[in-house]
Amino acid sequence: MTTPWADVTFIGVNEASPVGPGTDERLAMHPATREYAAADLRGYREVQQLAYACAESVAARLKPGVTEREAARMQREWLRGRGVRDGFHLPFAWFGDRTAFAGFAVPLRFLPTDRRLEPGMPFILDLAPVRGGRAAAAGYSGCLGPHPVHERLTADLRAHRELILARVRERRPLREVSADVDRLMRTQGYAGRHRAHPFGVRAHRVGRAPHRRWSPARRGRGTGALQGAARGVFRGHRDGRLPRWSPSRSADHPPRTGLWAVESHLGFRGTGAKFEELLVVTDSRDPQESAFWLDDDLPHVRRWQEEAQAV
Amino acid sequence: MNGGNRNRWGGGRAPRPTTARQQGGLLEGARERRVATGGIELCVAELGDAQQPTVMLVHGYPDSKEVWSKVAGLLADRFHVVLYDVRGHGRSTAPVPLRGGFTLEKLTDDFLAVADAVSPDAPVHLVGHDWGSVQAWEFATVRRTEGRIASFTSISGPSLDHFGHWIKRRMTRPTPRRAAHLLGQSAKSWYVYALHTPLLPELAWRGPLGKRWPRLLEVTEKVPGDGYPTASLPQDAAHGAWLYRDNVRPRMRRPRTDAYAHVPVQLITPTGDAFLSEHLYDDLDRWAPQLTRRTLPAKHWVPRTRPDQLAAWISGFVNRNESPVPTAQPSPTGPYADRFAGRLVLVTGAGSGIGRATAFSFAEAGARVVAVDRDADGAARTAELARLAGAPEAWAEEVDVADEEAMEKLAAKVATAYGTVDVLVNNAGIGVAGAFLDTTTQEWKRTLDVNLWGVLHGCRLFGRQMAERGQGGHIVNLASAAAYQPSRALPAYCTSKAAVLMLSECLRAELAGQDIGVTAVCPGFVNTDIARTARFAGMDERELRRFRNRTSRLYGLRNYPPEKVAEAVLRAVVTNRAVVPVTPEARGIRLLSRLAPRALRGIARIQPPS
Repeated sequence: MTTPWADVTFIGVNEASPVGPGTDERLAMHPATREYAAADLRGYREVQQLAYACAESVAARLKPGVTEREAARMQREWLRGRGVRDGFHLPFAWFGDRTAFAGFAVPLRFLPTDRRLEPGMPFILDLAPVRGGRAAAAGYSGCLGPHPVHERLTADLRAHRELILARVRERRPLREVSADVDRLMRTQGYAGRHRAHPFGVRAHRVGRAPHRRWSPARRGRGTGALQGAARGVFRGHRDGRLPRWSPSRSADHPPRTGLWAVESHLGFRGTGAKFEELLVVTDSRDPQESAFWLDDDLPHVRRWQEEAQAV
Repeated sequence: MNGGNRNRWGGGRAPRPTTARQQGGLLEGARERRVATGGIELCVAELGDAQQPTVMLVHGYPDSKEVWSKVAGLLADRFHVVLYDVRGHGRSTAPVPLRGGFTLEKLTDDFLAVADAVSPDAPVHLVGHDWGSVQAWEFATVRRTEGRIASFTSISGPSLDHFGHWIKRRMTRPTPRRAAHLLGQSAKSWYVYALHTPLLPELAWRGPLGKRWPRLLEVTEKVPGDGYPTASLPQDAAHGAWLYRDNVRPRMRRPRTDAYAHVPVQLITPTGDAFLSEHLYDDLDRWAPQLTRRTLPAKHWVPRTRPDQLAAWISGFVNRNESPVPTAQPSPTGPYADRFAGRLVLVTGAGSGIGRATAFSFAEAGARVVAVDRDADGAARTAELARLAGAPEAWAEEVDVADEEAMEKLAAKVATAYGTVDVLVNNAGIGVAGAFLDTTTQEWKRTLDVNLWGVLHGCRLFGRQMAERGQGGHIVNLASAAAYQPSRALPAYCTSKAAVLMLSECLRAELAGQDIGVTAVCPGFVNTDIARTARFAGMDERELRRFRNRTSRLYGLRNYPPEKVAEAVLRAVVTNRAVVPVTPEARGIRLLSRLAPRALRGIARIQPPS
């Protein structure tokens, strides 16, 4: 899940100087990426890969009877074992109809519960680790056994990934992008789950974080995130603009350059599926270079490619 | 069939499992044979291919096997259907003496004898109605029938043992609710006490009651007068009194404690049953581990009044239990699965919004869904997702409801290809705004064509099909809170919706006698595409876009999900409500329209800011 407070925490760093160490080397694939050095982007990609590797590893170990809390702890431990000490938010895990955010009226409902995984149940693992000052976000959807609705949802997410990229390349205001994504969702027959998110957010900026020593695990579950929420709302209002995509008026401007953690979350009758990954927005005039997904080597993208090949 | 010639099959005749072609009667084309068991002879009729799975139908009291004639006819093309007259009924002979000749043990012997005769190698699928179900519960819960029964569909007949425990539980710990259940059922059981009096029931049945019974059934139970009950009724009813006398008291006093069903059970409960309370089955999951519940808005004699639905549920259940591998189709999980599983639901305007959500809710309850929309892609998508949501079958139809000819074609196609619609949801509608003096006649025409004529065509065509089938149904018309809240900004829309509301009320009165319910649903402000696609009279293109955006934004802010309206639609069908306002504002306005209509007139004058 994307927490709005987390991005605000990093605003200053993000907008001041996105250029990290190892400066002038350009990413070979994307020569027009001026703002980001190749090494820098590579660093983000590594963190994103790490996040997805964590999700895949934990997903592979999920068995009937595992609770959401246990799944969240497995993610935390996996990440800590690989040097991750910080994150936008603590890893989340949602099982069953909680994947569709059924009945999520207050943000506390996002926190992992004692719900146990059962055969045939869909699940989502959501994490946002920070390592070496670089943040990434990952949303991994899976299912314990075959589930036709879940398969359909994950397949239909592909159109969302393509639509978001196309609209961002057209430099459309984020509010419009949000409206287009909503429309696609409605056409597909799904309920967008972003309304359940705080502020209806569907993307937030990420950037370099000051290296902090605290470990989310030590702070106790949820307390860090709640502190972040309070801080985020405060700073966002002080700046007069929350750097998020949402259907609100505050998002009535084109996407700003930088790295965005973008997510799409679909829900259908108690089953939900999502992806979340980093989108790079540059100031290049070449549409192809003006925006691109940081990495195409991700589980959901690979799944779509395999399906396409099978067809 | 003429039961009066029962003497032809005199009791002393040697047992002979011969087949006899039956001449005419209610069970057309049945092969008949006699099965001897325990000193009596049972008259057994068979229909359909004997190679197919055997479905055995057991009748109740006061009935004979012909009570099943319609259901048997519907099942015969798929299954080997077997019916028999219970001892002492129809053309089966009666035990001598009658007292002690009708115990459940003896009835179990009869069942085993018939099952061995008609399906020696394979277990049979048992279906019982009324006393047929009471005895079938005994068959399905005693050890000696294990391996002879594949499944059991119970209709309006509880196990006497379960009933005994049910009463005991409520007597020993009588909470107010339990006491109410107990009293309710005690009142419904008056006829059981009456049948325990000596001789009087026999005299009544052979005298005036027997003569008037068919007419009585037509009037009170709405059983169609079509040659049933048979002429043997007085005799059947007189003999059948011993079913009660031989079994009820002993089983109520000492119900078996091991009466667990060893087969999958499908329980069909008519909600309007005058003799049995729905609460009798509250504890049933305890006794039947593999239980599927179905409810039917009908009275007691469902084999006569709802044959189509029974045949559909019986075949579905038999097929499920015949299949060697569990079916991939998930069993419906929706809150009203017992009521809508397998039923045919047609939704207009199902390509988006409330129509789509309604289609999904019915699909989740296991209904078969026909999604109608003028947007072919939207309808196709709805049908596709409906199948994923749990509909056993779903189809998309591209039709504009305002097009009379297209609607007629649709009605004909649905009737031949999918069957008679059980629930019709006339949802398609368009939004139109703008002052009366700005609205063109074209706009008026289009509004009324879709919002009123679309509903009219649906009611006219599918309502007629429902009425002609004579097995009930339900029509839901989507009106609006605008039907009773006047507004200077929505004259055309309000007029069309008010007409739909009144049409629904009139139609409800007309179709009530045929068990067809009519509901008008008034949603209020719901977050759908209606504002995004609405017409606004007297506006240029730019203004229109701005107004649309603004309105849909307001709808979005209100954010009342169409899924909740869909829930209200299903609930309204189940409870057969006349008018259902959905959102709080729709309910508030409805209340105001009764208490303070002048307040609504005041609201009507407010000019919406442009």
